[in-house]
Parts: sequence; C-alpha cells; structure tokens
Amino acid sequence: MANMRKEKNPMPSQAPQVRAHNFDEVALGYTEELALDEAQRCLNCRNFPCVQGCPVNIHIPEFIAKIREGDFEGAYQVIAADSALPAVCGRVCPQESQCEKYCVRGIKGEPVGIGRLERFVADYHNAHAEGAAFVPEKNGHKVAVVGSGPAGLTCAGDLARKGYDVTVYEALHVAGGVLSYGIPEFRLPKAIVKREIEGLQQMGVKVLTNMVIGRVLSVQELMEQEGYEAVFIGSGAGLPKFMNIPGENLKGVYSANEFLTRVNLMKAYEPDANTPIQHAKNVTVVGGGNVAMDAARCALRLGAETVTIVYRRSLEELPARKEEVEHAMEEGIIFKLLNNPVELIGDSNRNVVIMRCIRMELGEPDASGRRRPVEIPGSEFELETDCVIMALGTSPNPLIKSTTAGLATQRWGGIITDEDGLTSCEGIYAGGDAVTGAATVILAMGAGKKAAAAMDKYIQSKQ
Amino acid sequence: MYRIVRKEPLNPSVTRMSIEAPLVARKVQPGQFIILRVEENGERIPLTVAGYDREAGTVDIIFQIVGATTEKLNHKQQGESIPDFVGPLGKPTETEGLQRVAVIGGGVGCAIAFPVAKKLFEQGCEVDAVAGFRSKDLVILEDEFRANSTNFVPVSDDGSWGDKGLVTDALKKLIDSGREYDQVIAIGPLIMMKFVCRLTKEYGIKTVVSMNPIMIDGTGMCGCCRLTVGGKMKFACVDGPDFDGHQVDFDEAMARCAAYKPFEAKAREAACNLFSMEVK
Repeated sequence: MANMRKEKNPMPSQAPQVRAHNFDEVALGYTEELALDEAQRCLNCRNFPCVQGCPVNIHIPEFIAKIREGDFEGAYQVIAADSALPAVCGRVCPQESQCEKYCVRGIKGEPVGIGRLERFVADYHNAHAEGAAFVPEKNGHKVAVVGSGPAGLTCAGDLARKGYDVTVYEALHVAGGVLSYGIPEFRLPKAIVKREIEGLQQMGVKVLTNMVIGRVLSVQELMEQEGYEAVFIGSGAGLPKFMNIPGENLKGVYSANEFLTRVNLMKAYEPDANTPIQHAKNVTVVGGGNVAMDAARCALRLGAETVTIVYRRSLEELPARKEEVEHAMEEGIIFKLLNNPVELIGDSNRNVVIMRCIRMELGEPDASGRRRPVEIPGSEFELETDCVIMALGTSPNPLIKSTTAGLATQRWGGIITDEDGLTSCEGIYAGGDAVTGAATVILAMGAGKKAAAAMDKYIQSKQ
Repeated sequence: MYRIVRKEPLNPSVTRMSIEAPLVARKVQPGQFIILRVEENGERIPLTVAGYDREAGTVDIIFQIVGATTEKLNHKQQGESIPDFVGPLGKPTETEGLQRVAVIGGGVGCAIAFPVAKKLFEQGCEVDAVAGFRSKDLVILEDEFRANSTNFVPVSDDGSWGDKGLVTDALKKLIDSGREYDQVIAIGPLIMMKFVCRLTKEYGIKTVVSMNPIMIDGTGMCGCCRLTVGGKMKFACVDGPDFDGHQVDFDEAMARCAAYKPFEAKAREAACNLFSMEVK
C-alpha cells in the first residue's frame, strides 16, 4: 500500500544561519529510512508520466521500485543506464519543472521527491560500490569531445560504453566545465564531480586538460590529423553579458562567471588561496537565474553583511530552481524584485559605490510568455554597494565558430544543429549551451546523449 | 606536466624560461599569450610569449618577478616542471602588408615586442625598434633587437644606456627626422602605451598596443579582462590582446589592473617569507 501522505519528506539540511558561513553542502541527503518512506509515495503509474519530463528519460518508477525493495545498488543501475552523472543530476536538476512536474502525486499535494531519491541512490552507490569498473570492449573507432561539461561528459560516457576510444579536450586545468567552475561547492561538492569523471576515465575515456580547441588544434585538425571519425562540440556558454549601462567597468563589478570562477575553480574562499577575491560588505547581484542565486550565496559565505538580488521581474518569473530561491531567502539574501539597474557610480578611485535603479511594473506578456517589465518613470533610487555581480547570461564563445570552416551558427552565435545534434559539417556534432545558449545541466546532458547515439549511427553506417 | 628546459636570468628581476610544450610551440604566433600555473591550487597567470622553437617544441616566456606566482615560478629550476601551460591564446599580432613599422618596447614589455619586431624584420619590413628601460642594469634583449631591426634606438630614464629620455621622446625624434611609418606597435606599461598613443595620434599614425589586463580563464569565459575600446566593451583574451591604441581607454585599464594591488603585495611577501624560511 502506497504512503498517501501529501508532503514529500523534507530534505535534511544545514541550518540557514550555520550554512551561511561555510561552503559545505547545504542539503545533507536522505537517510535510508527517509528514502524508503519517500519511495512508498510513488504510485508506480502504468503510463509513468514522470519519465516524459526527464531530458534523458530515466526509468523513474523502475528505480523507485528498486528502492522500495531495498535494492539500492539495483536502483543505481537503472539510473546509470540512462544518465552518466546521477550524483550531479540529483543535486542540480530543476525537478519541479521536469519529472516532478508530471508526477500524479503533485495534483493533490507534493510530487514524489524524485530528485532527492536519485541523489540518495547515487550517493549510496558512491559510498558502497566495490570491484573493478566496467570496461567496455573497444570497437576500434576514435571520437573526440570538445569540452568536459555535462554535455561533453554525457556524450563521452555513452560512446565509451559502446566501445569507442573517446578523448575529451578541456580548455581549463580541471575537467567538469560549469560543474567545476560555476556551481558552488555548497550545492555540488567538487569531490562528486571528480568522482564522476574518474568513473568515465576508468571506462577508458581520456581527458586532456589545458587544450583550447580552436587554438592549439582546430576541429578540422582533430579529424584530419588526429584521426577522430566524429567530433562532439560541447564548449559551453561563452562570454558573460553585461547590461550596457554606465559604470560596468568600475572596480568591484564582476560578471557572475568571473566571481564564481574565482570562488569555485580557483578556491578564493580558502584562506591560503592564491587567487584573490574582493570581500565586500554590501553585494548586489543582478539577475534571477540559478547563477544569480549561486553568486549571491557565495558572496554571503565570503562574509558580506548584506547581499541583495536585483531582478527586473517578479518572484513568479524568477527562472532559478525553486529550492535555490528558498535556500537563498532562508539564508537572508534580500530580494529586490521589479527593479532594474540603470547606472553604476564609482568613487574617485573608480571603485563602485552606488547602483542607481529604477522600479518596474509588469506589462503585457512578451515573446517568452512572461509579462514584460516596464520602467515606472521617475522612480529611480540609489542602492549603496561595494560589489556588483552581473548574472545576465552569456553569449557563445566565438572561438570554435571562427576557426571551423563551414560551421553554421545562429545570428547570436549559437551553433546550429539538427534534432540529433548534427551541425552543418559532416561528422561534427554539438550540444549544450554552445547550441542553446545558457540552459541547464540536464538539458546539456540530454543533448550529449542524443548526439552520442547519432555519432554511433553515423560511424557505423560508414562501414 | 610542462618541463622547464632552459632558465636564465636576464636581469635581477627578469627571467627567461623555455618551456616544453610542443603543441603550443607548433601553433603560437607573436602577440599571442599563454596561461600557466606554477603549482596545484596556484593562480592562473597570463604571459605573452617571448619566442618559440617549433622544432624543439619549446615556448619562451620572459617574466618580471612582481607577485607571488612569478616569485614561485622564478624558484623553479631548469629541469623542473609546472603543472599547467595552456595556449596559444588570443589573436596573433597582424603583420601582413606592413612595410615600415616602429616597434616600441618599454621595460619587460620588450620581451613581447621583440618577437613582433623579429617577425616583421624577417618578412622584409623596415623596423625601427625603440627600447626603453629605467637604467642600464635592467636592459634585456639588446643584441636580439639589434639583430632584428633596421634601426635600433635605445633610451633610458637616467641616461645610463642610450639616450636619456622616454620612448616617446625617441619616437618623436624619429618622426620629426622624417621617418615615416605605416604603423607603430607599442608594448610596455599602460602609462607608456597611453603616451605613445597620445603622440602618434597627433601625427595620425595608426598604433597597435598589446593589453595585459587581469585574467582568470583567458579563454573567453569569465569576462574579467574587459576593456573599453572605441566606447565598446572588448575582451582582451578573445578580441585581443592587440587593440587600436587610439581607441583604448587607458585610464580605465590602469584602474582595473590595480584592483588587487594590496592583495598581490601581501601574497608576494608571504611567498618570499616562505622561501626565506626554506633557505634557513
């Protein structure tokens, strides 16, 4: 008999006032008891609506059934058949707009905590798995993956499982892409990312760091000189966007990418770090996505007295994952909604000191279906701030486009692909933020997975 | 790991190293830069390349010891390795079609100006090389410049080497004496590049400068290296590092470069203390 309680089992977490001062993981994960209890809430629907909400189509009711049986490793194997990064997805997927959105239990209560169960299963596996890793038999074909973020790692994992000799080229000194430089430790511990990548390496995937494709080798050279039969481009999002308002080059103004890279990749929060970061008093973050939440919460943990999120729409339209917004609010981040910066003002040393904002109201819906924010004339006001972080999204890095002859891109720079990730060039596939612009980890993984299947088909059909 | 195959001091605070990095050596062009880390958990620092040997598979860097990382790098010996060395990054200096160029190097900027002068000279361009240093004991690459320029003009602040004066004085003299240039290429401290540009603007001579702002990833992701060029935001790592000097907002660039000065000074002091403790 299913457990018909309307609420999900809450996620055990560090208390807000404690976690606001450390970089340890906020959510602590379900215990076995909680996982078993939550698994009982799944009705095991015959037409499994949740699966259609998952970009990589994990067999959700099947893995939850394994949990109910107490076969946690079995549950892991069900997830691993479709997802290369279960421990990552269980932590960072926006479940409320994916699998859990379609959960029948969500109609008269809260949906099953699918993400929390996924995380439990992945952590159980990582803590208990023993023995040699599965090493597939090689099929004699070489493929290259550009970028080691979620899209690239998923593509690499799927192809390696099929026996391909896979080499991943990473521009930075560590692999993981946004999982390493972007998402903070308190949301996604880097040890987990490292472990997932080591899992791929044990399967035979080679990861080469410090390799900027487009400079050290072009995509064409990978195919012609290095002998890869197909290449997947998962180079991710590129340069940060700014607002084009006065004062954005003042000292103390960061892009979220820079701020997060200093903190996450370069470990600027550690006292003996070599990479500096400003320890500001009054931090203002502009934007409403996950990246804005991450930046705000990092700033708080670095010791800021106040951290304010300035977002031009209302709470309803905040694009960030719900749990992140809730966590941010619990931790004391101030939300100044329906406000937009118009100017940043500096002191005589060019340090930012004031953000001038204007109040907004919501007008008619725009192309995205969200109500368009409109300025209220004469409503300008000033916020005191010594650090501004712009979290407004990114535009694709121009490097691959400018060095790959014949690669078609959108006007805004995104690589154009068909449904399977094939670009305008034979043998060259792409996916993730490089194609869609800034999106989520799981969508990038879905794209990597589709492309892997298409690359396999392409190479097999050539023989 | 990337091995240091050669190390030599060029003056008391400037060192040249050849680093084994065959893939980078195969592609790199004058004007491009690399990013290196000296140790695990170390910071990433950009250095514009000072030379390369495609056959030997080595890339030369010349660095001034200014902060903790360059201090640590300078403690590495020939035969030792560094964990990370990525490149080539940025766009190469454009040299095509240039016939008469004045290449201006200031201080350690001469290290970057030299390969550009050499490339121009090798392609048959008339090169007037102006090198400026504070004093004689800081001079680097004199023989190299002499061998790769039509006309070499040394200047120093105190007159201990070449003419007493600034590179701008020397350049003005050259122009006033009737030398004509398609382009001036100026590489050195921001303040020097700013004043070279101010001078050449008066004469209407196109001037290219090599910018070296603070960077983190250096691959077009973090946006830290942004500059205002011609009123627009540009990123030195992917749009540069070379820019039209008459369009660059140097005052802004100078302020941004100084953003972490107090931290840098402290970090270097800490590194020095660490080394002196090791010595004891």
